[in-house]
Amino acid sequence: MSKRFGEFGGQYVPEILMNSILELEQAYEHYKNDDEFQRELSHLFNNYANRPSLLYFAENMTKDLGGAKIYFKREDLNHTGSHKINNVLGQALLAKKMGKIRLIAETGAGQHGVATATAAALFGMECEIFMGKEDTERQALNVYRMELLGAKVHPVTAGTMTLKDAVNETFREWTQRIDDTHYVIGSAVGPHPFPTMVRDFQAVISREAREQILKLEGELPQAVIACVGGGSNAIGAFYNFIEDENVELIGCEAAGLGADTPKTAATITIGTPGIFHGMKTLWCQNEDGQIAPVHSISAGLDYPGIGPEHAHLHAIGRAKFVPITDDEAVTAFEYLSRTEGIIPAVESAHAVAYAMKAAKNYDGSIIVNLSGRGDKDVASIARYKGEDINE
Amino acid sequence: MNKKFVSFITAGDPSLEKTKEFIEVLAEHSDIIEVGLPFSDPLAEGEVIEAANMRALANGATTAKLFDTLKSVDVASKLVILTYINPVFVYGCDKFFAQCKDSGVYGIIIPDLPHEERGEVAEYAAKYGIHLIPLIAPTSAERVKMLAKDGSGFIYLVSSLGTTGVRDEITTDLTADIVAQIREVTDTPVMIGFGISTPEQAETIREIADGVIVGSAFVKIIEEHGKHAAKHIRKFLKSMI
Repeated sequence: MSKRFGEFGGQYVPEILMNSILELEQAYEHYKNDDEFQRELSHLFNNYANRPSLLYFAENMTKDLGGAKIYFKREDLNHTGSHKINNVLGQALLAKKMGKIRLIAETGAGQHGVATATAAALFGMECEIFMGKEDTERQALNVYRMELLGAKVHPVTAGTMTLKDAVNETFREWTQRIDDTHYVIGSAVGPHPFPTMVRDFQAVISREAREQILKLEGELPQAVIACVGGGSNAIGAFYNFIEDENVELIGCEAAGLGADTPKTAATITIGTPGIFHGMKTLWCQNEDGQIAPVHSISAGLDYPGIGPEHAHLHAIGRAKFVPITDDEAVTAFEYLSRTEGIIPAVESAHAVAYAMKAAKNYDGSIIVNLSGRGDKDVASIARYKGEDINE
Repeated sequence: MNKKFVSFITAGDPSLEKTKEFIEVLAEHSDIIEVGLPFSDPLAEGEVIEAANMRALANGATTAKLFDTLKSVDVASKLVILTYINPVFVYGCDKFFAQCKDSGVYGIIIPDLPHEERGEVAEYAAKYGIHLIPLIAPTSAERVKMLAKDGSGFIYLVSSLGTTGVRDEITTDLTADIVAQIREVTDTPVMIGFGISTPEQAETIREIADGVIVGSAFVKIIEEHGKHAAKHIRKFLKSMI
C-alpha cells in the first residue's frame, strides 16, 4: 500500500501514536487480502446493512429538468441511514480482529457517530463519541440515538466546536488510551492507512453502481456526482469509475454563504497545501498555516480539509469540484422531497443541487450519490426557513 | 552531573512584548527555553496550553512577529521553538529555518512530525544548523533506539500517555527503562516532560534523566496573572530548580 496519493497523504502523527498506526497498517494489509475477512464483511453488508443499495431512476426529476437521465445511488436506505455504515462495519470488524475492545470516533452530523455506536452494539464493544458542541445542538436527535445505542457522547467545547475540533479531541483521547482502543475515523482523511482503508470500505458504492448502471443502461454513466466534506461517500462513489476516463467525476463542496465569503467550507476552491490531521492535503487556512474556522449549513461537510485522494484527483485533473451554497442545498433538499418523495440529508442535497443545475448539459445517464437520508435535518432546515419546530 | 532545567511558554500570551519579558525571567534559571509558536489546532496539548494558543492567536501573534521578538531577546539560555508542522510548512520550510538561524534559535520540536516524515524539514534544519529535537513516548517500544540515534540537541522523553498538562502522579518505571535504552546508543541529553509541576516531581525526574521540562505550570501562571505574571513566574521557577 502506498502511503501517498501523488504528493498528498502521509503519516503526520505524534510519536505516541506511531506504533498504533503502524500496527493498524500491518493489520489492514493482512486482512484486506484475507478471504475470510472479506466474506464476513460482505455478509454484514448484505445481511445487516441492507446492501446492495438500490440504483433508483428518478423519472419525475428527469422529466422536470430535461437532459440527463438521473439515477440515485440510494445509500440513504442503508441501515442507520447513510453510507457511513459501510466504513464503520469494515473498521469495527478489523478492530475486533486486532483484539480491540473499545471504539472511539468523531462525528459531525452525527451519522458516523450513530453508525459507530451501532457497530459497537453489534460487536459488543465499548463506544465513545466526540462531537462539537455546536453540532450536538443542531443534531440533538442523533445525540440521543447514540446514547440509546449505548455510546457515551462527549460535547467538544474547544476551538470552533465543530467537526475539526471533534477530530482533534478524538486524537487526544486516543493518546490517553491506545492499547485496547481503535479510532474509527469517519471520512477518507487522517494518516495512512485511514484514507486508503476508508476508501476501500466505501468502494462498495461504486462497485455496485457500476454493475447496476451497466445492467440498466447498457453503458457507463456520463457523470458521477457526490457531495464532499472529508470525502468518504465521494471517493466510494468515484473509485470504480476512476479508470473509466469518459465518466466525469464531480465533487460538490459546501460553499456555505459563498466560496468568496469567509463563511465557507469549499476546500478545493479556496484551499492551499498544508499538513494537519495526519495528512498533507488542501486546507482552508491563512498565510501562517492557521486552520480557518469554516461554515456550512451541513454539519457533515463543515470541515476545513479534504481527503488526500481527492486533492490528488483534483491535481491530476481526473475529478472536478464545484462549490454549492447553503441556499442551493436547501432548495435541492425541498425539491427532491417534493419531486421524488425522497428527503435527502442536507449533505447529499449539495450533490442534488449540482445535478439540478447541470442536468441539461447531458444527454445520457448520470449517477448522483444520495449518501444519507434527511430525517436528521428536518428541524435545522425548518429553523433555516425561519420556522421553530419541536424535534 | 549538572542537571538541566527546560521551561516552556506559549509565545504571544498575553502579548509578544510580554513574551520577551517572560523569556528574560525564565533565562535566570533555565538552560533551555521552549517557545511555543501558536497553532490553531495544537493536537498534542492539553487544555491549558491549548487555551494559551487560542489567546495568543486572538491577540495577534504571527510567525513573522515571533521571529522579530526572538531577534530582540538577548539571553544566555538556548531558545527552542515548539510548533506544529503546518505553520512551518505553510510559511515555507527554507524561509522558516533561515529565520530560526537569524533569530538565534537552537532547535525545533514538532510534535506531529514523526521520524518517518522528518524528510519534510530535515534538509533545511541541516542547512541552517537547527537541531531537530525528537520526541520519544512511553509507547515507542522498539522505536526508541532508532529515534535516539537520529536525535540532536536533546531528546524530549514524554513521561506518560495523553497530552501535555499538570498531573498529580508521575510514574517513572517505564521512563527509567527508556532512558537506559537511549543511553545505549547516544550521549544526547535526555529531558523528561509532560505533567511535571511540583519540586518533588522535578527531583524524581532529575534522578533518572539529564533534565526536566516544565510547561503547562508556567502557562497556567500566565493564564492566571496575564501581563503581571513575571514575578509569579520567577517565584515558581525558583521553587522548581
